[in-house]
Amino acid sequence: MSNLEKAENPAGLRRVAIEPVSRVEGHGKVTLLLDEQNRVHQVRLHIVEFRGFERFIQGRPYWEVPVMVQRLCGICPVSHHLAAAKALDVVVGADRLTPTAVKIRRLMHYGQILQSHALHFYHLSSPDLLFGFDADPAVRNVVGVLQAQPDLARQGILLRKFGQEVIRMTAGKRVHGTGAIPGGVNKSLSLAERDELRAAMPDVLRWAASGVDLVADLHARNHLVYDRFGTVRSNLLSLVGRDGSLELYDGVLRARDADGAILVDGVEASDYTRLLRENVRSWSYMKFPYLQSLGPDDGWYKVGPLARIQNCDFISTPLAEAARQAFRDRAGGAIVHAPLAFHWARLIELLHAAEVIDGMLDDPDLLGSNLTTAGPRRTQGVGIIEAPRGTLIHHYVVDSQDLVTLCNLIVSTTHNNQAMNEAIRQVAREYFDGREITEGLLNHIEVAIRAYDPCLSCATHALGKMPLQVELYDAQGQLLDRKVRDGEHLG
Amino acid sequence: MMPPTPTAAPVPRPTFQLDDHQVPFTPGQTVIQAALAAGIYIPHLCHHPDFAPHGSCKVCTCRINGRMATSCTFPAAEGLQVESEAPEVQALRRDLVQFLFTEGNHFCPSCEQSGDCKLQAVAYDLGLLTGHYNPLFPDRPVDASHSDVLLDTNRCILCELCVRASATMDGKSIFALSGRGITKHLVVNAESGRLGDTILAVTDKAMSVCPVGALIRKRQGFRVPIGQRTYDAAPIREIAVQGAATAPGTGGQTP
Repeated sequence: MSNLEKAENPAGLRRVAIEPVSRVEGHGKVTLLLDEQNRVHQVRLHIVEFRGFERFIQGRPYWEVPVMVQRLCGICPVSHHLAAAKALDVVVGADRLTPTAVKIRRLMHYGQILQSHALHFYHLSSPDLLFGFDADPAVRNVVGVLQAQPDLARQGILLRKFGQEVIRMTAGKRVHGTGAIPGGVNKSLSLAERDELRAAMPDVLRWAASGVDLVADLHARNHLVYDRFGTVRSNLLSLVGRDGSLELYDGVLRARDADGAILVDGVEASDYTRLLRENVRSWSYMKFPYLQSLGPDDGWYKVGPLARIQNCDFISTPLAEAARQAFRDRAGGAIVHAPLAFHWARLIELLHAAEVIDGMLDDPDLLGSNLTTAGPRRTQGVGIIEAPRGTLIHHYVVDSQDLVTLCNLIVSTTHNNQAMNEAIRQVAREYFDGREITEGLLNHIEVAIRAYDPCLSCATHALGKMPLQVELYDAQGQLLDRKVRDGEHLG
Repeated sequence: MMPPTPTAAPVPRPTFQLDDHQVPFTPGQTVIQAALAAGIYIPHLCHHPDFAPHGSCKVCTCRINGRMATSCTFPAAEGLQVESEAPEVQALRRDLVQFLFTEGNHFCPSCEQSGDCKLQAVAYDLGLLTGHYNPLFPDRPVDASHSDVLLDTNRCILCELCVRASATMDGKSIFALSGRGITKHLVVNAESGRLGDTILAVTDKAMSVCPVGALIRKRQGFRVPIGQRTYDAAPIREIAVQGAATAPGTGGQTP
């Protein structure tokens, strides 16, 4: 069977140019090529995402970057904010931030993980999982969840709200704040803010734990689908703590192969260019990163929750660690590659984030006033963080006049590019049923893509409608059918 | 807000009509000076109590005795009829401020002056939601050659406050405007044209008067958290009259 990335004989096929949609949350486009027997020859997920940020950050003063670059996204801006701040910590020589600065940033980041994971599972994905991929679209949305399972929907909304409050208190605003600055932070918590968070913790922990139970139960009841749907084996990449723990704010890079053997470990952020390369293909704006030691064909990998909880050796918080062990034991210790297992992994991380926040709130450093530090200036810095969607790399070069001369961003969705493409090829092989594109097919593709929580699904926040375009060509390259779904843009 | 209590004024001061208020003034004051001293805000950008009337930004335009005129250059006089909050006057100001946004590159979301910026605060006061006009996106330089100061002319609104401060208070004449019309731009007094080759010091008065983020201290951006910036506490309409009414002409940057 062909790999479905490129039809063997595409001659005569007409390439329809799609205007790139300039929303940085991104739009998706899927193209399928068929032969005369309606067999699938080519499947591609194109993300028409134009990464202008790397260019227009050039020439700007470095201290502006953490605030400017987070405008890449309205869902996980904190990740970009912190990755940029971490890179610029290196530039301003802040090798050891003050305890208050580190802890406020970690709190901000875990609040971000919590709210983003809650948004993704409860608002975006739970309708597919609770009602079925083929359910009536009129029901298969967050309003449907609210009607069918009001307590669950409410928990999701309040979990997200809690995470956003953590962000507001540490960054000044729930979206696009300014808390992290090169060398530290610009505020700490007030006593009242700390107590407000503390009061919410019992509910947050309980809801987070019940979310893990819910997903584990969904897997148990639907294991025939969940273990197989869109499954592609690949390497895994993430940060881990220096002790091998699950670590989302600061650590070293580790990669495993598809069977779980460690390929590389302990790679410092500053060495990322030795670990990774990026491949360019003509049909997508998004690059295809790979582990350079394995090359572009074999070196691609998954990032994100599923990679992280299988890449680490343990989780430092007890409830999440027990959930990780249950996840691992169910697969008999084998590496799980099924995209739908992302949801389970994501909720284990959500629980971990809640536990981390709970464990931090008694720390007096959160209330401290020693916010920044600095040291000898350097010309460049790399910051790596585990964003909700996966490994996020920011790299800046700054000249002697304080202006940025180079910016390289490798975002989570980019790392997962090949894996998402392979996943929808698997889905197309299995579910495509002829010339007519059904709503069911559309949604199966969406379900596979959405499991990765790519940035393009940000735009589906309202009613579960991913802005997605599917085109169907015959072997002569004639466009047979086209379905377009327009999503809502999150500003 | 009520006018401040007169200290020693046995003779009633002359007044003029400003919208619904009778505004007392001291002969020699301009309309805007008298209004601000009386606690009544008239939007403005290039006006500054430490400097002579300038009248370049036109944002303080009022209808005075039926004709549009800049209140920062119009002498207060007994019996004037001044309309400041009339819808047509406000609409004119809105247009002027929208032109300023359109002609420069003002990206509030990533600007370190956001929350402290007079242009942004005036825009909020006038109810601007967008720049309305198609932005020109001019190609303007960022001069980072000075070790402590960044000159980002993308944000310059040509108010000449730095020009005036440097000439009259710092005695250095580091800044000037050059060119005409849409090509008018800020230049610095160095053969190289670079700020780093001037004698500007970060402590100069010129460094404290920029109403936007054009002339800023390096490496300070975003150090003040959201909630503690100038216009987080109150809108410019309240802050400007507090400053003018309590400490007129005392120097320092008025909000």
